[in-house]
Amino acid sequence: MSLYGADLLALLPELIVVFAACLVIVLDPITPASRRDLLAWLSVGSLALCLGVTGWQINELNVRVSAFSDLVVVDAYARFWKILLYGVTALTIFMSLPYLKAERVHLGEYYGFILLALSGMMVMVSGADLLTIYLGTELMSLSLYIMTGLNRSKPRSLEAAAKYFVLGAFSSGILLYGISLLYGMAGSTKLASIAGAIGTRGADDPLVLIATILIAVGFSFKLAAVPFHMWTPDVYQGAPTSVTAFMAVASKAASFAAFMRVFVEGLGGLKADWSVLFLLIAVVTLVLGNVVAIVQTNIKRMLAYSSIAHAGYALIGFVAAGRGVGASGGTPGLASIMIYLAIYSFMTLGAFALIGMLRKGGVEGEEIEDFTGLAKRQPLAAFLMLLFMASLAGIPPTAGFIGKFYVFMAAVEAGLAWLAAIALIFAAVSAYYYMRVVMVMYMRDPDPSTVEQPRLVASPALSFVLACAVAGVILFGLYPNPLVSFALQSVLTFK
Amino acid sequence: MTSSFPWLSLLLVLPLAGAIAMYFATESTARWIALAATLADLFVALPLWWLFDPQASQMQFTEHVAWITVPPIYYSLGLDGISLPLVLMTVGIMPLCVLASWNAITTRVRGFMAMLLVMETAMVGVFVALDFVLFYVFWEAMLIPMYLLIGVWGGANRLYAAIKFFLYTLVGSLLLLVAIFVLYFYGGHTFDILALSQGTYPASLQMWLFLAFFAAFAVKVPMFPFHTWLPDAHVEAPTAGSVILASILLKMGTYGFLRFSLPMLPDASRFFTPMMVVLSIIAIIYGAYMALAQVDLKKLIAYSSVSHMGFVTLGLFVMNQQGIEGAVLQMVNHGITTGGLFLCVGIIYERTHSRLIADNVGLASPMPQYAVLLVIFALSSLGLPGTNSFVGEFLVLVGTFLWSKVATALASLGIILAATYLLWMVQRVVFGVPSPHHLPKLKDLNQRELATLVPLALLVFLIGIFPNPLVSRMHQSVTNTIASMSRAKIAPTAPPSAGITGPLLAVGGEQPKIQGALR
Repeated sequence: MSLYGADLLALLPELIVVFAACLVIVLDPITPASRRDLLAWLSVGSLALCLGVTGWQINELNVRVSAFSDLVVVDAYARFWKILLYGVTALTIFMSLPYLKAERVHLGEYYGFILLALSGMMVMVSGADLLTIYLGTELMSLSLYIMTGLNRSKPRSLEAAAKYFVLGAFSSGILLYGISLLYGMAGSTKLASIAGAIGTRGADDPLVLIATILIAVGFSFKLAAVPFHMWTPDVYQGAPTSVTAFMAVASKAASFAAFMRVFVEGLGGLKADWSVLFLLIAVVTLVLGNVVAIVQTNIKRMLAYSSIAHAGYALIGFVAAGRGVGASGGTPGLASIMIYLAIYSFMTLGAFALIGMLRKGGVEGEEIEDFTGLAKRQPLAAFLMLLFMASLAGIPPTAGFIGKFYVFMAAVEAGLAWLAAIALIFAAVSAYYYMRVVMVMYMRDPDPSTVEQPRLVASPALSFVLACAVAGVILFGLYPNPLVSFALQSVLTFK
Repeated sequence: MTSSFPWLSLLLVLPLAGAIAMYFATESTARWIALAATLADLFVALPLWWLFDPQASQMQFTEHVAWITVPPIYYSLGLDGISLPLVLMTVGIMPLCVLASWNAITTRVRGFMAMLLVMETAMVGVFVALDFVLFYVFWEAMLIPMYLLIGVWGGANRLYAAIKFFLYTLVGSLLLLVAIFVLYFYGGHTFDILALSQGTYPASLQMWLFLAFFAAFAVKVPMFPFHTWLPDAHVEAPTAGSVILASILLKMGTYGFLRFSLPMLPDASRFFTPMMVVLSIIAIIYGAYMALAQVDLKKLIAYSSVSHMGFVTLGLFVMNQQGIEGAVLQMVNHGITTGGLFLCVGIIYERTHSRLIADNVGLASPMPQYAVLLVIFALSSLGLPGTNSFVGEFLVLVGTFLWSKVATALASLGIILAATYLLWMVQRVVFGVPSPHHLPKLKDLNQRELATLVPLALLVFLIGIFPNPLVSRMHQSVTNTIASMSRAKIAPTAPPSAGITGPLLAVGGEQPKIQGALR
């Protein structure tokens, strides 16, 4: 019993989240509809508790605790992602409160599913074994499928859920196939054993290469990297906006975290091979995401393609990590992804919170045209949107610039200046569609013939989300030091 | 004399504070706040003119605070003889821009003034930044305010002009960012502009970096094939926007060439000199020809800017003391003269609501004061002796003469053409018979408008007759730039971070001797 005590202690944050999720689902039927807010507060409370536990678990940065005979690991790397995920989840819950009420789908189990998805993500970032990571991925995905279809009265929501489920299941199958091949080769699914087996068998073993490709494909689905991105626009558009925000931010962050751990700790011996593979994926992802985003008229669809493009930028950091040479190795590249995704979380959450807020009475104001003349009607909201768009485009002094700065710097350090140049040209392309939103808001007058419909008033919860997002976008833009040093310290556990 | 007082930070903070204050302002107080903030900035900057030590070869009024630890990026500011006139010009032009927008801007005044003030911070920041990343942040921070200034408060075709300006300048500057990273890794892991200027880089690398710098700076200047955003942006922007564009923004391109391309990449600069000179001469002649054909006053001045900025790039890339000093002087002169011309167009546009020459004829009798000032700026623009532009263009042509006589002859054509299009414009606008239905609207200048134009007109003559204080302040810095160029020449293929001392000094001594002989 005492043997398992230490293991359970290592898993304490995950256990708290799962417990809170079960509690929310049990309490839901006996909670009157008017007091469902309490369930949200309960969820946020559990996150605060987790934050404390995670901070306490690893107060020394180089500590690396393995639990359940190396199935999970608690280290500074996992801590970075967990803290990011807690924050993102809490903000999503705050964002959901007013949004779900306005959409009339304020269901208690929604918070349960968010917490279950979060626990899956936490397992993903802490997994040291391919099967553990796979289980976390599935727990996250299944919860997200349900949340996507939450709005049962809307065909688009259901269609998105079905599409997401079919393609997600398909990609999980591919991932599992890759895992099984690696198991056949190494006799174990533990990342450390796989790394050892690759070391003895050599990097040019066809079996290993095929497995690597399959795993890369499986993760590319989760990251929404081209050519495995097809589900993204439909799902992002169809899902309730708060769920879209959660998918675009949390699920992407957790997928990147697991992906990096698998490829660096498990398949690090194949650096030379997978860095070429991801180089290609990164370039087509950037090009396609940015170019197709230009023609979108629905802002959620546009942000879906932009999130594809952002995955492409982050992958450049990963290629740089794979190509990393010299004393610093892949550290700058990996740290740059962590910085990038943390910043990306703030600006994307902020943009989606605004989209959720700017619904027209009864109808979702999702078309870019719906933002026409927003600067006259709601100057503050328009200004915040301007900030988020500028940040997504990577214009200093917003945080988006800092994110791109570190990614491209890592690329240039790894000798990929040409890749950085291509990526930056497409950053200019992206500026075109982000600035189009600004143009519509600021430079077009609202059509006087349409009667101004009442808009969702910013509730305190939503204002809090926006305040956090703006603070992140501005503070990390002006003073990124804390974030940068946190990321650099966290990535050291890989060494 | 270096003072420990953070002059430059104060210069940056004041407009920004004004911009933040706009949030609490009303539409009517916004103008006064903006005027107060810009004037305060001007009064902070003026003492620097006297505190500046013309003999010192280092940066002055420096500030150096760590900003980001990994990689080492500093909030590092400083002034030398090249940036001092440009900073003073910037803070001097801004109050005039506020005054010029006093009645012209009627909608969303708070937003407009806030954008002007943010622009001021960013523009001053570009001229005083001594860290490459800090420079880049200021450089890019200008994009969104300028985009909004053109796009929200601009003319009929403003959306097209705004996005064209935005994308053109963004693409150029993003390549600059890659070049900054490459320099960082080759130049001893630092973003310090002065340290990077001391480094030596392989010749082939310099070529690539030069082209990346060129993409950013040539678009901003704008040099000949990249100038097409300029007429659109100028024409559609509100008067203050046009003045900022012409007087200050364009100077950032030439400032970039002078501060970065020449000292950091001397071999590539020398290699590309023929190209740069040819492009400059094309810009001079082509811009002047285009100006001849314009019927819109703003477009005419916009193309004349292309032509005049050609003189600046020409002076920079003949790479001798006279040429560079002339170029820096011409940067300031063009800011004053073209700023004045754009203000003049704005004033007449407020009255007749037309920028066409055909609609604004015969202003001499109804608006005598206006006519006098317009003629002063036009004569200055065509380089009449006694006005400021004559001194600058003369120095540039002297510098060019030392490099190539043919180039000088061709560039001089630009001055003749400038006389043609400007005098022709003056002939039509000032003289002639005003159309009767415009006549009641043609009131002469009021106090506010006089206050915007007269200071510039005084500067036209002050610099024209007595340029020495200005030239003497930039002399040492220009000498430094030329010295650092010739020093790096010796070891073009030396590996990064290899020794850059020893033999380099020998060549450093050679260059002034040549110049001494030519004088």
